[in-house]
Amino acid sequence: MSPLLEVRNLTKLYPRVTAVDGVSFSVEEGACFGLLGPNGAGKTTTIEIIEGILPPSAGEVLYRGEPLGRRFRAEAGILFQKTALQDFLTVRQTLTLFRGLYTQGYDIDELLELCSLQKLADRDHRKLSGGQQQRLLLAVALVNDPAILFLDEPTTGFDPQARRNFWRLIESVKARRRTIILTTHYMDEAQRLCDEIAIMDRGRIIAQGSPRELVSSHFADVLIELPRADFTPAARALPLRVIEGTERVEITTDDIDQTLKALMAVHVPLRNLRIRPPNLEDLFLELTGKELRP
Amino acid sequence: MIRRLLAVWHARNLEFLRDRGSLIFTLLLPLTLVLGMSFVFGGPERALFKVAVLTDDLGSIEHPFMIERYVDFIASDDAAAAVRKVARHQIDLLLDTAADGSRYWVNPDSPKGYIVERMLLQADPAAKRQPVSGDAVRYVDWLLPGILGMNIMFSCLFGVGYVVLRYRKNGFLKRLHATPITAFEFLAAQVLSRLGLILVVTVILFVGTSYLIGLRSVGNPALLLLIATLGSLSLIALGLTIAARFSSDELVGGLLNTLTWPMMLLSGVWFSLEGSPEWVRAIAKVFPLTHMLDAARAVMLDGAGLAQVAPQLGYLAITTLVFLAFGAWSFRWRTD
Repeated sequence: MSPLLEVRNLTKLYPRVTAVDGVSFSVEEGACFGLLGPNGAGKTTTIEIIEGILPPSAGEVLYRGEPLGRRFRAEAGILFQKTALQDFLTVRQTLTLFRGLYTQGYDIDELLELCSLQKLADRDHRKLSGGQQQRLLLAVALVNDPAILFLDEPTTGFDPQARRNFWRLIESVKARRRTIILTTHYMDEAQRLCDEIAIMDRGRIIAQGSPRELVSSHFADVLIELPRADFTPAARALPLRVIEGTERVEITTDDIDQTLKALMAVHVPLRNLRIRPPNLEDLFLELTGKELRP
Repeated sequence: MIRRLLAVWHARNLEFLRDRGSLIFTLLLPLTLVLGMSFVFGGPERALFKVAVLTDDLGSIEHPFMIERYVDFIASDDAAAAVRKVARHQIDLLLDTAADGSRYWVNPDSPKGYIVERMLLQADPAAKRQPVSGDAVRYVDWLLPGILGMNIMFSCLFGVGYVVLRYRKNGFLKRLHATPITAFEFLAAQVLSRLGLILVVTVILFVGTSYLIGLRSVGNPALLLLIATLGSLSLIALGLTIAARFSSDELVGGLLNTLTWPMMLLSGVWFSLEGSPEWVRAIAKVFPLTHMLDAARAVMLDGAGLAQVAPQLGYLAITTLVFLAFGAWSFRWRTD
């Protein structure tokens, strides 16, 4: 079976920058695919080309084996990073407007319930809080019960509670075997929601796979964290793989006994030492040499 | 297609009706203008009385009335046209000094006509009054189509131009673009929404002013509605040509002002262009508003029928199509 979505060699040139530089991937039906990367990596440009909003400079996007067309627009649901809605409309009227643009999809009441908007149905959408507004925009994106759902940094600016609620919502969409394309710069979000992840930096995909695969293929090892103050010059002289952060120092190792012995030999205090398995955040740091969130 | 169009049309109507500020503005501005103008022009500001005399040469006429002061005597050789001017208050009295006794025409509704008539009868008690055919037309009657037309113009150009620009700038158009709606459906919904709203507003204003200041319209109301419809369509489509593409407030604002001000001055909103230079009239002929006002006045003041205003209607229809085609062709969903 051919994949639901196939992206081939996508390139987007702007006069001064190459925003997207030969990106290719494919997504199976029912999967959640995450595009991960720092701000300015080219995630939004990539996703907007796939959505048919921006024309690519080169490359192509196939949906169900065909170039984007009417079928794609009828079956796709899109949540932009920033969306303005028509002024003076209530939540229900906004959904009615968008429902009217599609031949099939949810009942408005079903949709309100799905996105926990029942109590807000008759409120002017401009009077909603950030999290409520995003739930409305998700409801707009879901109005046609899309086969493929695009979410561009859906939880940026959320408080932890709102993020968790939003994730539960996305998981309920996933449970119905809908395909999801997600961009994010939150590692925990990608780790929790995505089946497959592509890490982007400077317009290219620099690593791709399931979250577990990605982490394990790049780290056979564990991470030892030390406060920077405890990392003495003597320790610094040891032949270790070290990434220095502003407060903490991280040592990557595949032989934890050996490394700890070496550190004790130079009298590094172990009181505040922490050992933990690596996560996507570490992978990103390892791959690009920079913090994901500046 | 109709479903999608209706969905956007309905939402746009709601948005407009709830935006109380612009709704009130649309209704209040023209009303204030009409009332203000009728007050200014209805007052006794003219010191002179105008009397037309049926002759080729004023100097050859000797009549006791013609020594009166404060009366402006004008020679006229077309009796029918002069009578019509009496009916329209453009002259206060028409005098024919025939050998077998003077005759005169005066508008019985005109206060000034009444005074001039008294003066004439003092000088020549034998003068015979003739009936004036046709309804009296006041300046305000002539002005009202102009004010309504101007309101239609502003509402159509700014109401459509700025709204589409705002949608493009805030990304609402981009969001719509991600749905199955086509540019044509979206534009058609905008056109129909604005057309419906402006026609309702215009009818309310028309009826309201008729009631307030006793406006009289002799033509077929259905034909007037047709003229307003085609004129609005042409102006909305003109607004779309500007809104179709640009993303800059300043540019769109500038372009809209560049269009509206000359139209307001040269399309005959405030004064007739009779007697103005040829090139001014040539420019005026390009504007849709000129044709809409010409047709509306012909119907309201002279009771013109469909055949008489067909050229204007044709021009409005053709410009609508040309502007719409250009707007659809140059339409952009997003900012560049």
